[in-house]
Formats: sequence, C-alpha cells, structure tokens
Amino acid sequence: MNIYLPIAEVSVNAFLLLGLGGLVGILSGMFGVGGGFLMTPLLFFIGIPPAVAVATGANQIVASSFSGVLAHLKRKTVDLKMGTVLLVGGLVGAAAGVQVFAALTAIGQVDLLVRLCYVVFLGIIGALMFVESLRAIRRARASGGVVAPRRSRGWVHALPFKMRFRTSGLYISVIPPLLVGLFVGVLAAIMGVGGGFVMVPAMIYLLGMPTKVVVGTSLFQIIFVAGFATIMHATTTHTVDMVLAILLLLGGVIGAQIGAGIGVKMKAEQLRVLLALLVLAVCGRLALDLLLMPGELYSVSDAGTAP
Amino acid sequence: MTAHLRHFAAAFLAAMLLAIPGAAPAERVVAGLSRDAISITTNFEGSEILIFGAVSRTAPPPDGAPLHVIVTVEGPARPVTVRRKDRRFGIWVNTDGIEVDAAPTFYAVATTGPLLDVLSQTEDLRHRISIPRAIRAVGTGVEDLPNFTEALIRIRTDGGFYQLNEGAVDLRDQTLFDTSVRLPANLVEGDYRTRIFLTRDGAVVDAFSADIAVRKVGLERFLFNLANGQPLVYGLLSLAIAIAAGWIASAVFRYIRT
Repeated sequence: MNIYLPIAEVSVNAFLLLGLGGLVGILSGMFGVGGGFLMTPLLFFIGIPPAVAVATGANQIVASSFSGVLAHLKRKTVDLKMGTVLLVGGLVGAAAGVQVFAALTAIGQVDLLVRLCYVVFLGIIGALMFVESLRAIRRARASGGVVAPRRSRGWVHALPFKMRFRTSGLYISVIPPLLVGLFVGVLAAIMGVGGGFVMVPAMIYLLGMPTKVVVGTSLFQIIFVAGFATIMHATTTHTVDMVLAILLLLGGVIGAQIGAGIGVKMKAEQLRVLLALLVLAVCGRLALDLLLMPGELYSVSDAGTAP
Repeated sequence: MTAHLRHFAAAFLAAMLLAIPGAAPAERVVAGLSRDAISITTNFEGSEILIFGAVSRTAPPPDGAPLHVIVTVEGPARPVTVRRKDRRFGIWVNTDGIEVDAAPTFYAVATTGPLLDVLSQTEDLRHRISIPRAIRAVGTGVEDLPNFTEALIRIRTDGGFYQLNEGAVDLRDQTLFDTSVRLPANLVEGDYRTRIFLTRDGAVVDAFSADIAVRKVGLERFLFNLANGQPLVYGLLSLAIAIAAGWIASAVFRYIRT
C-alpha cells in the first residue's frame, strides 16, 4: 500500500516505513541511541529528499525516545538528575554547534566534512568500545560469570562541584557531565543526530555510569535535543513531513518498547559489544561510500540545498 | 505621384496581401484530454492521461510528406544543481557542479515516429520540444556542460520523470490521433502544460496547448498548508503526536505485561 507524502512529494510503501521505524525503534530502546545515524541514510535510500529525511527523522526520534524512556522509568533505570545536567550542556552545545555549522556552510563542502566526522567518530568510538567490551566478556567468563563493577579512577573523580547521582550510584563533579553534554550538543547540531552513539560510550567510560542506567538516561536527553531540532527544522525550512513521521513513529514507539525489554535482560558487556559492532558497521558503510567509486558519478539535487 | 499611379499602387498592394498564404492554417488540430485536473490524494499512485484529437482541414491533405503528431506534457520547472564526483586524496567528493535555472520536474514526449525524422532542428529550437531543449542551463566555469545536462536527463529518465516515447501516438487516416501518458506517483504540484504539434516535413504546421491542474487535496493539502503557513503550530503538533504515541505505546505494553 503506497502513501503519498505531502512535504516530501514522493510516494512510498507504508509497510516499508512501519518496518523501518520499528527496526530503528528496537535499536533505540536497546542501546539508548536516537537512531538518526541509521534512520537518515535509510530514508535517503528509499527516495526521501535529504532535507525532509533529516527533519522528519528528528521528529520520529522524539517519539521512540519518549517511549523508551517510559519503559526505562518503570524499571527505574533513568537517572533524571544526570540527564538534566547533560541536557543543559547539550542545549548550549547545540546552539554553539549551529553557529559552527553556519560557518562551515560558508566555506562549502559541508557534506564532506560531516561525512568525515561520522567516519572518524564512529570508527574511534566503535573500535574502543568493541575492544573494551570484549575484554570485559573474557574477564567475566574467566571469573566464572561474576562481573567486577567498573569504576573509573583518577582525574575525573578529583574535580570540584561534586553532586550525588543516586540512580547511577555516583558521587562526581558536575563538570564532566556538562562538558560531555556540550560536546554531544555540538556534534548533534553539525551532524544532525541525537548524539546517542557518542553520549552512551561517554557516559559508560568517561563518567563511569553503569550500563543499565546509561541507556535510559541517554534517551531522556535525546528527547529534548531531537524535539528542539524538529521545531527548528519545521519553522525554518518547512521540511518536516507529518505523514512520514507518523508512519515511522508508529513502528518506532512499539520497537522502542520491545528494545527496552530486550536490553535490560541482556548482560551489560554483551550490550556494549553489540552496540560497538553496530557503530563499526555503520562506520564501515560510510567509509566504503567515500572510498569506492560510486555507480553514478553525477547527482541531482534541488538548487541551494546539500547534495 | 499622379492619382492613377496611387490607385494602381494601392490595388497592386491589396492583391499582394491577399495572395500571401498563412492567414489561416490549412490544417488545424482540435484536441481533448481525458482529464484536466489531477487530485493528489493520500493513496495517489500515479495517473494516466489520454490525449486525443483530430486534424481539421478545409482542403484534402497535400501530397508529399506524411503528417506527424508530437504530444508533450511538461510539469512545473524548478531550479536544480547537478554535481559530479571526482577522486581527491583517495576519497570520492563532489567537485564540479552546475546550476540549472529551470528544468521541468516532469517531461514526456510522444510522437508518431522517430523524433529526428518528424521534427527539424530549427523547429525544435523554436518550440523547445525535445527533452534537451526543454532544459535551460547556465554553466559557470565547467568545460563539459553537455555532460552535466546529459547526466540530468539520464538520471531523470531512469526515474520515469523524463520520457521519450517514439511511435506512441496513433495517427489514423492522417486525421484522428490519440496517445496516453503515464504520470508517476511522485508529482510536484502545479500546472502541467500539454502541447500538441502537427508537423509535415519536419516543420510545425499547427500547435495546440492545454493545462492540467495537479493539486494536492484533502489531508495532503491541509498538512502542506499548515507546514508552510503556520510552521510553529505544525512543529508543535508533530511533537505532540510523537509524545502521545510514545505514551500510548508505553501504556499498551504495560497493559500487555500485567
């Protein structure tokens, strides 16, 4: 059954969109990522114009993240206090990031810079996370299934302005979360994503939060960042397609519930390994796109927009 | 000049004017369309338009070259950018690009025979009938502008937006003709101009044009207007729907689990 999308001005299969939303929703609920880095390229692939894909993707991310957060709240795996601190940093970072993006657009070749950013960050984060979680799994097997809790030591815990974050079981300074939120916000504005795939590893490794709590807290912060992005896109470029968004989020909110259920049942290290593999896979695909000769050298786009 | 000479000159001029042909074409095209409006609804999957008509004559058809019919349907023109990738430092990046002032979003040409036989180059240039002529490109600094316009045509033809259907017009008895044009599902709103040309010996004998109004209707129209007219309301509405959906899904799953 095909549906005509009023803003995108294309006709797509409704079931395909439901399935796509569901798939990205499951990943969202499991790993605490917004899914934008997966959803946006998949939308391009089925023929949605880039501007509409990015803007509507942000809308869908709000829905599946909200659904996922509710699922995690029930299980008490959301650290609202930490999430708020990260969010404050995130909004400031996003505002700054928009300025950086405008400056980059003036130079030209923004698309290339964004792609390179994706490849570099996804590659580094994916590789580091993969190595660390494999080591944790091996250690768990060696010690007979008992996992020693991870505690990061050193400079992170020596900073001032400490606050108690009960749900995470942490007593650390607010400066690292603010900085992490800031950095993720800047990236989100430049790369057009919720920032989860940077936020989740940062929370796990830099802040030392338990993996269980990281997913829900990350989703909490993503809701606001993606919501902000949706309003910005709707009011400036008018490229949010409500019909597309509704079809995607119908699958997305259900998928997020399923994903959250799967995620809490899995062991923390297993979850980290899978997320690492997912991030590396996306990074690999993007790198291949850059390195291999494309089938069609020419591309057509509406005048004045990115290719 | 004497009066006699003036009268003679006036009579001579009058006779010459009456003898100049072309005051009224010998063959005129009279045509119709199966529909003059297309409503884009939610489950729009493309549309087929039947274009038909007849050649009205005051005298029997002249001997010599046969009559041919060309039918074109042109969607609204939009500016586009065409870019080309090249290899720099090991990766493929967009290097050159051209701005096309106006390229039709849809363009179909149907003829009774091969376009090269049916239409001469000069007539093509004058009436902008063939696909390359319908595109207006201004190259800035690229030496191989034709490659870019060729690429644009190739990409859009593959997508079904540009069509060249030679032989798709049925002409009976040099009088009645009909053809059908398939419009794809991904249509841009606007007036689609249909033109019909009668040609003999590569030259255009008569032309006819009519517009097909393609508009979104119903829910599609409402959402489109809201998105552009009241964007903040639209944005907040999208967010409200997103949050409501998340809430409902959560409630449903909670109910299923208990």
